[in-house]
Amino acid sequence: MKKLNGVRLSHDKWTKDCETACFPLPKQVILPMSQSMGAPCNCLVKAGDTVTVGQKIGETDAFMSVPIHSSVSGTVSSVVDYLLAGGSSCKAAVIDTDGEQTPDPAIVPPTVTDKASFIAAVKESGVAGLGGAGFPTHVKLSFDPSKTPIDTLVINAAECEPFITSDFRQMMEAPDDVIGGVQAVMKYLDIPTCKICIENNKPEAIALLKEKTADMKSVEIVTLPSSYPQGAEKVIIFSATGRIVAEGELPANQGVMVMNVSTAAFINRYLETGMPLTSRRITLDGDAIVKNKGNYFVPIGTRVSEILAYGGAENPQKVLYGGPMMGFPLYDTDQPILKTTNAILAFNDVKEPKTTACIRCGSCISVCPLNLMPVSIESAYKAKDVEALKRLKVTLCMNCGCCSYICPAHRPLAEINQLAKGLIPRPAPKK
Amino acid sequence: MNGLRVSPSPHRNGGLSTTKIMAAVIIALLPAAVMGCVYFGLRAAAVLLVTIVSAVAFEALFNVVTKREQTISDLSAVVTGLLLGMNLPASVPFYIPIIGSFVAIVIIKQLFGGIGQNFANPAIAARIVLMVSFSSHMTNWVVPYWYRDASSAADAVTGATPLAAGWLENGSGMMVSPFTLKEMFLGATGGCIGETCALALIIGGLFLIITGVISPATPVAFIGAFGVFTLLYTGSLTVTVYQLLAGGLMIGAFFMATDYATTPLTTSGKVVFGIGCALITFVIRQFGSFPEGVSFSILLMNLLTPYIDRLCTTSPLGAKKPEKAKEAAK
Repeated sequence: MKKLNGVRLSHDKWTKDCETACFPLPKQVILPMSQSMGAPCNCLVKAGDTVTVGQKIGETDAFMSVPIHSSVSGTVSSVVDYLLAGGSSCKAAVIDTDGEQTPDPAIVPPTVTDKASFIAAVKESGVAGLGGAGFPTHVKLSFDPSKTPIDTLVINAAECEPFITSDFRQMMEAPDDVIGGVQAVMKYLDIPTCKICIENNKPEAIALLKEKTADMKSVEIVTLPSSYPQGAEKVIIFSATGRIVAEGELPANQGVMVMNVSTAAFINRYLETGMPLTSRRITLDGDAIVKNKGNYFVPIGTRVSEILAYGGAENPQKVLYGGPMMGFPLYDTDQPILKTTNAILAFNDVKEPKTTACIRCGSCISVCPLNLMPVSIESAYKAKDVEALKRLKVTLCMNCGCCSYICPAHRPLAEINQLAKGLIPRPAPKK
Repeated sequence: MNGLRVSPSPHRNGGLSTTKIMAAVIIALLPAAVMGCVYFGLRAAAVLLVTIVSAVAFEALFNVVTKREQTISDLSAVVTGLLLGMNLPASVPFYIPIIGSFVAIVIIKQLFGGIGQNFANPAIAARIVLMVSFSSHMTNWVVPYWYRDASSAADAVTGATPLAAGWLENGSGMMVSPFTLKEMFLGATGGCIGETCALALIIGGLFLIITGVISPATPVAFIGAFGVFTLLYTGSLTVTVYQLLAGGLMIGAFFMATDYATTPLTTSGKVVFGIGCALITFVIRQFGSFPEGVSFSILLMNLLTPYIDRLCTTSPLGAKKPEKAKEAAK
């Protein structure tokens, strides 16, 4: 099959054999009211309230939003204005744990009978894309089959970022949850086929899921080449189905829905237990982590500083939410683990090579999965030439970072692409 | 915990650098340069040394005079010097390579903004300036040293290149070349220091293609199209192979027409560039008054590169044309 451009990275999946352990319960958690794309929640608790595990503490009426649940049992110590690592601010509940981890007594498995009740249940579960993007899952599920019929569910288990193994451990430790989630989505949304897409650097997961799905005609395990950014939505759709999601289209326009493998597995857990998203699996790795590298179930809201201390990291130079290619650097390790955090990587050895003059080698063009021309975008950006930027389709850039990675002159091309997008006026909202 | 570094993703680098790329080009040029020294003797080595040292010195001096950051460590001046030296006959007086380096580094490269900004290949532009200014020195071809001993005449140290000698009548009405194809493939002919050994140049070119430093598009288009044009025009396979091995075609196609700064960015652009070079070379060799046209063809195509770049862009995945995008928005 024809494949899109990309780069070959060293995989560095050192933690792939580390079975997920429970992270020690922190004394305090911080739960921001905005942890996914969409509207932030209103905080439902105030200082002094006692909360239980799974109790809803944040909610809005907005459709594009997911509720927030307490990840611990204990007492709300304060509700503060919180500055997130991404630069936006929202309310956050700071909760002192009582160490009991008493579950909310109201929790029962949801009653799901049809599409509407399934989507409502998914919304109540508080889940948003666990792969890192944080797109509210129930919004993705609420497509209109009369306008955009979906024939293929693509389960994204590529995990193309170096270091991260949390999706891999999900598949190895709870393959039945993955398959159960897939079957629930297919059943309630009436999607006839599913392709579970895994990079070929995870042969154990491929073999295990193939064995588990051997008697399912509608579920196919697809082995993808290990090439970054294989797990990017447009790339994995092309690799799995050969379809191209055009400019301005959603995957649904091509009859495809992409869901992260851990998201699908969580949906199954929720349908079985009714326990909302209160903890998640993360990978702890990086050269600054000198002990306890591995995978952990961490209560959402746990401070990154506690995780770093557990890993023995003293004064790391750089700490990332997520992988080294698209991960988000923290300015402050007091930030909490969010629903979208699939890894905490800490590095001491941070090489930042000096930027030199562009030699026009064209490597950035040859690695771009979307065939963009970062070198030309850079000159158009410098000239503030908005028409040229539109012609060069900079708005398609998904910031995978292949161009910056390959550039022999170490130019920050991916960053410039994002800055260039800002020069293009946004189209007026549809009426 | 203070002093965390915050920077935009990606937080990893592929480890390539301009210096590494230039070092790869130098390694790729070495076989042909060494063969040039074998054929043309120590004098050839001295010419290469003078060209490289003067090119680096001019670059360093220019940076000092204009108070710019020193750039000689990127090795691009070494590449320019080596390429220019390989494009000179071994017999040139030493002031010629020095003037050539000045033209290449100061006038063509630095005055237009330094690495990546020059509009023409510095080595080629300098060679052409030297050809026009010192045409007798620049066409004083040395014959490989072992021919000298075999010759009785005192002036036999110099002779014609395969292209200048052309085809001679052998007395029985057949046109023959003064050199065999094997001699030409191995480089035992008259010519510039680094251009005669096609074998060494092809090895160097393949090294660059395999290591990903250059795209195969340009050399394949250049050499392929030139072969096709010549074959169609002359109808003779022998003449075509002779033409392919003669002159600066190999060094031009692998090392000069692949210069990053002065050639198109995209694969389609590189193909257009290569075919354009082939056409101009073919026309000059067959119909022009100069025996060789590779340098001129590359220089002319260098000038067209901005236009080729404008026309030969990539088509982004799933991009819609402006009209269609408007329709989709409705």
